[in-house]
Amino acid sequence: MNKFKKIFTTDSYIVPLVAIVLGFLVGAIVMLMGGYDPITAYSALFTRVFGNLYNFGEAVREMTPLMLTGLAVAFAFRSGMFNIGADGQVMIGMTAATVVGIKFAALPGFILVPLAVIIAGLCGGLWAGIAGYLKAKRGINEVITTIMLNWVALYLSNYIVRAFLLLPGQNRSEDIPASLSMTFLNSLFDNARLHWGTAIALAAAVFFYVYLWKTKQGYEMRAVGYNPHAAEYAGMNVGRNVVKAMFISGVFAGLAGAGEVLGVFHYQSVFAASPGYGFDGIAVALLGLTHPLGVVLAAILYGTLTYGSAGMSFAADVPPELIRIVIGSIIFFIAAQGIVRWVLKPFYFKRKKEKVL
Amino acid sequence: MDLQTLGQLLNTTLVFSTALIFASLGGIFSERSGVVNIGLEGLMMFGAFAAAVGGYYAQDAGMGEWAPWIGVLCAMVVGVLGSLIHAVAAITFKSDQTISGTVINFLAAGSTLYMVKLLFDGSAETPLLDGFHKVAIPGLSKIPVIGEGIFNSYPTTYLAIVLVIVIYFVLFKTPFGLRLRAVGEHPSAADTLGVKVKRMRYIGVMLSGLLAGIGGATITLTTTGTFGHNTISGQGFIAIAAMIFGKWNPLGAFGAAVFFGFSQAIRNYVQLFEWSKGIPQEFIFMIPYVLTIIVLVGAVGRSAAPKALGQPYDPGKR
Repeated sequence: MNKFKKIFTTDSYIVPLVAIVLGFLVGAIVMLMGGYDPITAYSALFTRVFGNLYNFGEAVREMTPLMLTGLAVAFAFRSGMFNIGADGQVMIGMTAATVVGIKFAALPGFILVPLAVIIAGLCGGLWAGIAGYLKAKRGINEVITTIMLNWVALYLSNYIVRAFLLLPGQNRSEDIPASLSMTFLNSLFDNARLHWGTAIALAAAVFFYVYLWKTKQGYEMRAVGYNPHAAEYAGMNVGRNVVKAMFISGVFAGLAGAGEVLGVFHYQSVFAASPGYGFDGIAVALLGLTHPLGVVLAAILYGTLTYGSAGMSFAADVPPELIRIVIGSIIFFIAAQGIVRWVLKPFYFKRKKEKVL
Repeated sequence: MDLQTLGQLLNTTLVFSTALIFASLGGIFSERSGVVNIGLEGLMMFGAFAAAVGGYYAQDAGMGEWAPWIGVLCAMVVGVLGSLIHAVAAITFKSDQTISGTVINFLAAGSTLYMVKLLFDGSAETPLLDGFHKVAIPGLSKIPVIGEGIFNSYPTTYLAIVLVIVIYFVLFKTPFGLRLRAVGEHPSAADTLGVKVKRMRYIGVMLSGLLAGIGGATITLTTTGTFGHNTISGQGFIAIAAMIFGKWNPLGAFGAAVFFGFSQAIRNYVQLFEWSKGIPQEFIFMIPYVLTIIVLVGAVGRSAAPKALGQPYDPGKR
């Protein structure tokens, strides 16, 4: 029992939990200042997500790409890099999955679908690998290359869809015959668009954990992330680890793209602007303290909040953008732990006293 | 392509560059003081929003020609206030600077649209403004190409160009600039010499909020006329790229910003070139981004960031 209590009173759990509570408080204050009723709004948010099976299924669908892009950003972070390019890697993954799904439609489904998913992951990885390679070989800041690659990915994807895959007269590709949908579950959830991408995302989180904390290569990668100079001194190949880390990060993002086109839309649109998956991924990775379990939980929280925000605007008339204030505040309080500790100070003090007695 | 079109192209290039110049100059102040600023996008959003709202009410109150300047003033104030979130978290509470910068982007995206809906009865955009008008400089604007291109621009564009020179001078030729750079290179050495590290960093971050705010304001007051969810779509990130591309130097950042501005301007003129008609437009849009990477690989090489960039300063640890 004491051990159990200890797990839940360690900092790594308390700080995020208090941050979440404070984030909701900030949201409530902002709503009060705008003349809205926070209690109605928050309860509408949660009833939207948990009120019926369809919406619950759709919320899970919304969480899936967040998990993968969150893992992508977190993985790069652990290896000392800031991957702003998950957005582009998602688009490349989408396009790769769409191309394979349409051009190899003759293949039987049990080959076609895994093939499309694997190629999507690889292409996402290679796309991110460009930034990793340039950082390793030429010392070029990955922030700038990934931002540039986001734009290149946007236009490249649009070009491929427009030139080779276009459904005549429309701004989107033909329908993709390959599908990741979980048909057996979809009817159960009132046709919510659940798909196997969710299982892939959870598997990716397990891979993340096992790879980084249970393998020698993962140890090297963390060492490079923590202190590249020390890692190099210890005989590790920093450059190779940088490329590898970016590649794996990009694979996660590419898989997110495959899930979106093969599981949700079943076609690919010509994008007017960047779809923003990667930027949500940054938030999820930070909310999850760049730990795989944390990222999964953060994606669940983030997905619940963003999906539920539509219900909030419907029932209480609160602009759904409010939820970004809540999420931003949560990240702020997690980052500025000093503030949380200051809030918690009286409680910490009490516990220390007990110890003395 | 005739000379007049060339002049127009140059003019449009500068219009699109202006916001990037302001924002990347802001980024330079923050990062030269040692504080990473991923939040430029959010700060520009704050500025664009404040300019749209402030400008609207000033126009409503009959301030006429002065209304856009009131908008710029509002953008400066709101930009500085927004940057304080980053400063408090990153400098006072020593949190990860990348994270607190991202916080700005989130809070800005959320709160500005929330406010717009609150102020304008649920509308997703601010009412259309009559922003800045182009001012032709007498005499100079008669020069072929350059006159049309440079000397017939928005007042904000002139201001941006002047600021590039002023800020270059401030950073490299004044004691203030020396202190700011010292704090970003070696904070404990600067501290030993009596420079107040935290205060300098606060100033750096607040100046970045001020300038990025003006950058955002230029977008609503010259190009779009309104503020909505996609007014600042990625401009802040491009400004970060321009800052890094320009090696944290105002002149370099200016060059990079003009380069990106040109890439945005060229879209309007793509069909004018004979040779480009056969190329899919996507490839033409891609050029600046691919070219940036190529230039970085070939010529610029290792980017020299301020040495203490991203490290919170802890006087107990020197």
